[in-house]
Amino acid sequence: MGMNLTLKVWRQNGPSDEGRMVTYKVEDVSPDMSFLEMLDVLNERLILEGDDPVAFDHDCREGICGMCGMVINGVAHGEQRATTTCQLHMRHFKDGDEVTIEPWRAAPFPVVKDLVVDRSSFDRIIQAGGFISVPAGSAPDAHSVPVKKEDADAAFDAATCIGCGACVAACPNGSASLFTAAKITHLGLLPQGQPERDSRAKAMVEQMDLEGFGGCTNTGECTAVCPKGIPLDTIARMNADYLKASK
Amino acid sequence: MAVTGAILVLFLLGHMVGNLKAFFGGDAFNHYAEWLRTMGSPAVPYRVLLTVVEIVLVVAVVLHMWSAVSLARRASQARPVKYAAKRKSQANGYATHTMRYGGVIILLFVIWHLLDMTFGTVNPKGFDAAPYDRLVAGFDPSRWWVTLFYVVAMIMVGLHLRHGLWSAFQTLGLASGRSYGKLKAAAALVSLVLVVGFLSVPVGVMIGVIK
Repeated sequence: MGMNLTLKVWRQNGPSDEGRMVTYKVEDVSPDMSFLEMLDVLNERLILEGDDPVAFDHDCREGICGMCGMVINGVAHGEQRATTTCQLHMRHFKDGDEVTIEPWRAAPFPVVKDLVVDRSSFDRIIQAGGFISVPAGSAPDAHSVPVKKEDADAAFDAATCIGCGACVAACPNGSASLFTAAKITHLGLLPQGQPERDSRAKAMVEQMDLEGFGGCTNTGECTAVCPKGIPLDTIARMNADYLKASK
Repeated sequence: MAVTGAILVLFLLGHMVGNLKAFFGGDAFNHYAEWLRTMGSPAVPYRVLLTVVEIVLVVAVVLHMWSAVSLARRASQARPVKYAAKRKSQANGYATHTMRYGGVIILLFVIWHLLDMTFGTVNPKGFDAAPYDRLVAGFDPSRWWVTLFYVVAMIMVGLHLRHGLWSAFQTLGLASGRSYGKLKAAAALVSLVLVVGFLSVPVGVMIGVIK
């Protein structure tokens, strides 16, 4: 016997539509379903009824692509820690629960439709400096440039950022600092990232501000909801690099 | 935020230690108040250093508020459509979420405090009384609501610094994952010492230890 849930879902026909919360009942939800599968069930019913299915982003459904993401009961990706929406399972909900589902809310993430937001602003932050310039050719030997173990570990931790945007959604200031800092840390800790370290920090932070994200006040809400647990000290590292570059 | 906040914290530490002179009697307290004005004498003229400190503090307060207002404005521009569901703090950040309204309460307190103890406008003894007399009259048990306001404001200062102190290190890029534990513990300790130190004087007057 599955669960019966009441969903309150944000519906918005397009970028210029005003949008509204719409209530749906979903019956017989299996605890083994993922959150997205539960929405699939709702959508199949809506299609059969001739209604418009709820649009949401998704791709790999195994927590590594960064496409899915919605604010579930006021928490980005739901209350389960270090979990993307696709990896959130219905066993964390109870029969009779009311579940509010909203898109990421930020001016630089305009709603495309329903729960789908346009995150091109993240792409532009990456384009501003989230790369290293190397001569193309065959891949170098893995051990040709030595990297300290702890630097490699910290860089890899930062590199696990999947760019889902939960940090922005959870931040009371709508800041993209954790995302930007993850990229700056990932490249700035490695020898290959050193030549452009200062210009990268400056360009990416300036692009982040230009996109209209808010400022960081170190609330830590971003790290708490991050499905990859990107640590808050990446932001301290970004600030240090940015201050050094601005001198 | 970080730099101006640091200036204000240094001031608070000095101010709190100075206040404790009240426990050594009226003469000690009044003498300390006079010393603030004759610092550096005779090389520096009367009240010059104190005036310099006052100017630095006013500039720091104004810039601190300006930073806070611009951060709040950027935040509201970055999220024009609010969430329908109430967002729960996932970072256990109670102190963090008091920063904005707590800052306003602290500002109102500072205005009252200056009218009370500096200009004497709202003090029963007025501007011409000795600092110690103003202090004792200001926290007279009959004016319990003033003392209550001081207590609320000081708790706000404590919460403000609980987040503000380590946050300043983070903003200036001086924090790291390894130092968070120590920074947060130090922030809590300094906040607690300041709150207890500041509250000891009005409470001392209230219970008659300072009279």
